[in-house]
Amino acid sequence: MPEDLNWAIGGEAGDGIDSTGKIFAQALSRAGRHVFTSKDFASRIRGGYTAYKIRTSVDRVESVVDRLDILIALTERTIHENEAELHEGSVIIYDGERSTMQDVEVPEGTHALTVPLKRLAEEAGGAIMRNVVALGAACQVANFPIENLDEALAKRFSGKGEAIVENNEKAARLGQEYVAENYDLPVDYDLETTDEDYVLLNGDEAIGMGAIAAGCRFYAGYPITPATDVMEYLTGRIGDYGGAVVQAEDELSAVNMALGAARAGARSMTATSGPGIDLMTETFGLVATTETPLVICDVMRSGPSTGMPTKQEQGDLDMLLYGGHGEIPRFVVAPTTVSECFWKAVEAFNLAEQYQTPVFLVSDLSLAVTEQTFPPETFDMDEVEIDRGKVVDEDEVDSWLDEQGRFQPHFPTADGVSPRAFPGTADGAHMTTGLEHDALGRRTEEEEVRVEQVDKRNRKVETAREEEEWDYREFGDPGADTLVVSWGSNEGAMREALGFLEERGHDVRFISVPYLFPRPDLSEEVAAAEDVIVVECNATGQFADVLEHDVLERVQRVNKYTGVRYKADELAAEVAAAITGDAGDTQEVEAK
Amino acid sequence: MSSDVRFTDFKSDKQPTWCPGCGDFGTMNGMMKALAETGNDPDNTFVVAGIGCSGKIGTYMHSYALHGVHGRALPVGIGIKLANPDLEVMVAGGDGDGFSIGAGHFVHAVRRNVDMSYVVMDNRIYGLTKGQFSPTSREDFETATSPDGTDMPPVNPLALAYAAGATFIAQSFSSDSQRHTELVKEAIEHDGFGFVNCYSPCVTFNDVDTYDYFRDSLVDLAETDHESTDPADAKGKILEGDKEYMGVLYRDEDSVPWNERQGIDEDMSDIPDDAPEDAMDLVREFY
Repeated sequence: MPEDLNWAIGGEAGDGIDSTGKIFAQALSRAGRHVFTSKDFASRIRGGYTAYKIRTSVDRVESVVDRLDILIALTERTIHENEAELHEGSVIIYDGERSTMQDVEVPEGTHALTVPLKRLAEEAGGAIMRNVVALGAACQVANFPIENLDEALAKRFSGKGEAIVENNEKAARLGQEYVAENYDLPVDYDLETTDEDYVLLNGDEAIGMGAIAAGCRFYAGYPITPATDVMEYLTGRIGDYGGAVVQAEDELSAVNMALGAARAGARSMTATSGPGIDLMTETFGLVATTETPLVICDVMRSGPSTGMPTKQEQGDLDMLLYGGHGEIPRFVVAPTTVSECFWKAVEAFNLAEQYQTPVFLVSDLSLAVTEQTFPPETFDMDEVEIDRGKVVDEDEVDSWLDEQGRFQPHFPTADGVSPRAFPGTADGAHMTTGLEHDALGRRTEEEEVRVEQVDKRNRKVETAREEEEWDYREFGDPGADTLVVSWGSNEGAMREALGFLEERGHDVRFISVPYLFPRPDLSEEVAAAEDVIVVECNATGQFADVLEHDVLERVQRVNKYTGVRYKADELAAEVAAAITGDAGDTQEVEAK
Repeated sequence: MSSDVRFTDFKSDKQPTWCPGCGDFGTMNGMMKALAETGNDPDNTFVVAGIGCSGKIGTYMHSYALHGVHGRALPVGIGIKLANPDLEVMVAGGDGDGFSIGAGHFVHAVRRNVDMSYVVMDNRIYGLTKGQFSPTSREDFETATSPDGTDMPPVNPLALAYAAGATFIAQSFSSDSQRHTELVKEAIEHDGFGFVNCYSPCVTFNDVDTYDYFRDSLVDLAETDHESTDPADAKGKILEGDKEYMGVLYRDEDSVPWNERQGIDEDMSDIPDDAPEDAMDLVREFY
């Protein structure tokens, strides 16, 4: 008896593939089984090929595998698309009475299970329920108690009335009975159920839930795959907590609305994908120089340009680390699992407010579309802490006024973090600007003030490096000669790959990095390993570049950022000082 | 209305660097007077400014203020107002900011009708970059980047606003301080998006749309039988290409701001201590 089951339903977009798959995933979850789902889909509303795949086990599952045990095929193409994953003994359920599927040939060794889905659905009350007939058939094949499916059907259809729920239950049973009466399959599935209660959610939902838990009350965005689910999740829920979601006219507007709300004191965020980040990049420098706490979520997809909107890629790392003209202090945090999407969202809001900087929360399509089961205590709200940073109220404003009684929103403190007065705070009125400014937030081009403000903003990053934990997650054999490093959603697949590698005789130490800037210093780990392998979903190895950069120590830096170009004598002094390691050389040359 | 706030309370101690005689002095003074006379004070007021000569206004005024990215002042203002509807939000910008790089935002801010005001300092020229044509420049206006004229009709800001479903459209003239102040006050007091296009002449780079030109050609609607609440009347005046009007062109007296329609009325800066605990219901949804 297989330990886990790989199940899928596939057809054309518009066939209800997603909702049918979700119902089955919920039924499994209700039965106390773990579920990990994935989707094959295209950027179209109707037609094409789309599939919803489920891997289920009594133990936790963290990845998909190249294997399908039961496939519900609503179209012939579904069978061809999955030929590589089907194997000896796989069961394919399809409607052999459907005109387009009468001559279907299934791969050798698989079992064809023709079930009159449409006819049985009509018998139950309507052809629309044909997918549910198929679910009933799948329950029979998998030896999965159909009562669990009833619970999921009730959850999905109870809003439409008791009769609809009953019809669906009947449709499922007709499918189940048809298989029981007509087939005696040589397969031996027995989907064990447990008493565990799991919740089932995807990465976008986890980010949305984390945002609300963290006190986020304002969201502005523009719909884009695969980030739209964050917005749709918050719409209709954030209002219950006194917040609002705004669909802006474009991403330029969305990020500026979110910035405005943050200036007004709200915990605020926007979410988008690569093309939206391109547009928003215009405003990131403003967020950073005005020292506005803002969470910007990038749910990555395949680029460049429009790329492959419904496909996986981790191609935005360089842009998130370095995007925007000038130098923009920022934090980049990348959850590695669906549940971490929740926790890293919470952390992102705290970091944003504690350090008054933009925080990029980086997810990807795989996390966004994966529905995964978790024990509900994974999302223990008692563990959620909110730290609003240096917010000053009316009484505290006084200690941050200059000698003329003016509030100083960019006062260069020792840790770099300045006081923050929400609009409406008496005596706190101040301006801020994307122009270089002084402590009062007013434009300046004075070299000393410019350097003071740049240093102050960068000092926040240094403070954060020291004050916060930028740790990594570690799996596998800590003493192994081979070190594998990855970031983002690869963690689940790599964890499971460790077992396969062990079978092949490879011991591996695996480090999964959720903090991309600031990030953990891996130089010791790299030095200790014989082979270092960086795994990521992109072509050029963007994180590999970052890691190589981090372990390279030969380069000294000479910098100037006053706004004035280098002068030859000054530059000679700086370079000489770098050569001799003696800062005194600077003065010596300058004195000439 | 708090009577102890004077308009000079909205003045910062920073001296404007606008050219002597610039229309923006008068435009800004009127805005400060209008804010004071509508009972606002610097601590409950947020001024958002765009880029260009007009964008400097946030520096010369005293209030909560943000000087942001070119063309995006309106979205910032919307975000502020929605996050804390108790604040008085005023957005200021130039014709380039509002009708060129930010034209998309203008149309949608008008449609959204959030309760705020928007004053555009329209001088029909790009001043800070030293004299190129703007979206409101005349078709035959010769500049460094339009040696033979722009060859394009100017944007009609009032028509753009009207077509987008504006609920308050006014036009003022920076040198008519009293009327300008009155019109900005009306925009502030309007329930919804109050748009004032203020002719604010550039004395350095625009020798066509001058003080004299506006003084001679502007017709004050208060001195006519214009019915600002009558859409037909408003449309007629707005589309009349050969006349310049000052006053309220259109006002929807039944306007309900989008924020009110949406029930957005809380100060979102306040996060209750039990916020995470309250979110427990969200986990239960996923069973």
